[in-house]
Amino acid sequence: MAPEGAHAHDAPYVPVFTAGSAERAKLDELLTRYPSKQAALLPALWILQEARGWVSPEGIDEVAAALDITPAYVRGVVTFYTMYHQHPVGTHFVQVCTTTPCNVCGAEDVVQAFLQHTGCGELGVTSPDGRFTVIEVECLGACGFATPVMINERLVECVSPDSVQDLVAGLD
Amino acid sequence: MGYPHPSHPRETPVLSKYFGDPAARTLDGWRDRGGYRALQQALAMDPVDIQNVVKDSGLRGRGGAGFPTGVKWSFMKPDGKTHYLCVNGDESEPGTFKDREIMRWTPHQLVEGAAMAAYAIYAETAYIYIRGEFDEPIRRVEQAVADAYAAGILGANAMGSGKRVDVHVHKGAGAYICGEETALMNSLEGRRGNPRIKPPFPAVAGLFGKPTTINNVETVSAAPHILLNGADWYKSLSNPANPKSTGTKLFSVCGNVARPGNYEVGMGFPFKDFLYDLCGGPPAGRRFKAIIPGGSSVPILTPEECETAVMDYEGIQAAGSLLGSGGVICFDDTQDIVRQIARLARFYAHESCAQCTQCREGTAWTTKILERIRDGEGTMQDLDTLLQIADNMTGKTICVLSDSCATPVVSGLKKFRHEFEAKIRPSRSRIMIPDRASEVAA
Repeated sequence: MAPEGAHAHDAPYVPVFTAGSAERAKLDELLTRYPSKQAALLPALWILQEARGWVSPEGIDEVAAALDITPAYVRGVVTFYTMYHQHPVGTHFVQVCTTTPCNVCGAEDVVQAFLQHTGCGELGVTSPDGRFTVIEVECLGACGFATPVMINERLVECVSPDSVQDLVAGLD
Repeated sequence: MGYPHPSHPRETPVLSKYFGDPAARTLDGWRDRGGYRALQQALAMDPVDIQNVVKDSGLRGRGGAGFPTGVKWSFMKPDGKTHYLCVNGDESEPGTFKDREIMRWTPHQLVEGAAMAAYAIYAETAYIYIRGEFDEPIRRVEQAVADAYAAGILGANAMGSGKRVDVHVHKGAGAYICGEETALMNSLEGRRGNPRIKPPFPAVAGLFGKPTTINNVETVSAAPHILLNGADWYKSLSNPANPKSTGTKLFSVCGNVARPGNYEVGMGFPFKDFLYDLCGGPPAGRRFKAIIPGGSSVPILTPEECETAVMDYEGIQAAGSLLGSGGVICFDDTQDIVRQIARLARFYAHESCAQCTQCREGTAWTTKILERIRDGEGTMQDLDTLLQIADNMTGKTICVLSDSCATPVVSGLKKFRHEFEAKIRPSRSRIMIPDRASEVAA
């Protein structure tokens, strides 16, 4: 079930890869890089998510048509990868690494601080104002800078429970 | 330079020489530091000669498996087929963050290495696959690629050589398993990142069914330095007593340690000096309890085992573990080993692609049992069950993710069994273990 978020779930779908759009031009350029159309699937899904905030069923249909593959196949790929949002998320999507190297440095306390200061209360649940979603994530590959936190595409290093309040306050 | 700490005098900075130096990121900055001379030289050579220099240098794959790079390249023959190079920048092994710094600080070092490696294996196209979470590294490498194209370093007439070399950046989307070479190829082809059955090996039928070489970011980044300075120079950087492990290696250090970060040392460096001189030892007032020396997939070592080892492929193997990807995870005496092994198992359960039964079921079952023991609900029989599951998970699947989950469990149980037993309530063990029950009765 989709949590309530900043993106309306029932608004009519606006296509992304329309003729003449910047997204279409980017996809056309991507297609020159690979010997098969399907190889552009991950990049195409990224373009879609950047434009719409998540990968909706309508978006999947559109990508499938653009790359000559079935929507079912695209859905199979989307569900494999953790970074494609299959439902709308908060304006600020917060991912806290809690895998072992960060865990031994106190990452779970950082998670609790985020849940408290964002008003989310619970992992994976978008805050009532639609601004935040907090999740735990597996290894972000920045173990020497515990605890790393990704806020949308930005990685913040060395977050401690004490620095969370200021970090959250600094987000618009 | 050095990042996040200044280079230690006992380091041997080759790849990490310009970490922390923003000027090295630009094309001009990289050229001022000697960049692209190796590529220019390479493009005028016969690929076989490049392969031979790298073979002579003893460079081995830095992604974890340690396969000799020159030998891998020599599998690629001028057979007239389309060849591909995949550079593995999916760095996701817990404890490892070296490729991230190469890509963030010296993106041209990687682009030059990728272009050179592609040429050396008769490929015209290289794909650099970078994990989706690496936003800054991706932007840096994409900028470097764009600048290299604009300057004529890449493209149809690379550096005026008349040879075509294309390099493309491909962004992953969140999946540890895509660091496995055949899963990476599936992901690049726009599929689910399930590993493929080998054979056929990538050198025969890899990306898009064509002969393909897959190299780690650190490996291809080292190659231009070797070509420029020679195989003997590279070998002189490491302990001459062990010709099987040559050159320098980037080690990422994290967990409970005074100075976490990346350190580049010659192969054969004493592990004890590394931990105490370079990394500052454990945090103040604490002691090391355990060390994982090569990323989370290798056996756990006790501090004693670690401190007598030397840091090369053979040295760490002799100590009972593996060099792996060079991710050193430190645990101090305040850590609960059962809790941390359970957390590692959860990581593998989350990241299993679920293709093979032993892995899909084994990682989840292992996690469930370990978390039960962690919470004081375990039984003595659980310890045997864990080992039995681990046995069924080792060497029986398409890729080694399953083995990687079993490894910390088996080594942890072997070396820290007392911590597991201490969490198991005595009453439970009496009920569950018949021979214990008879002991109690007697």
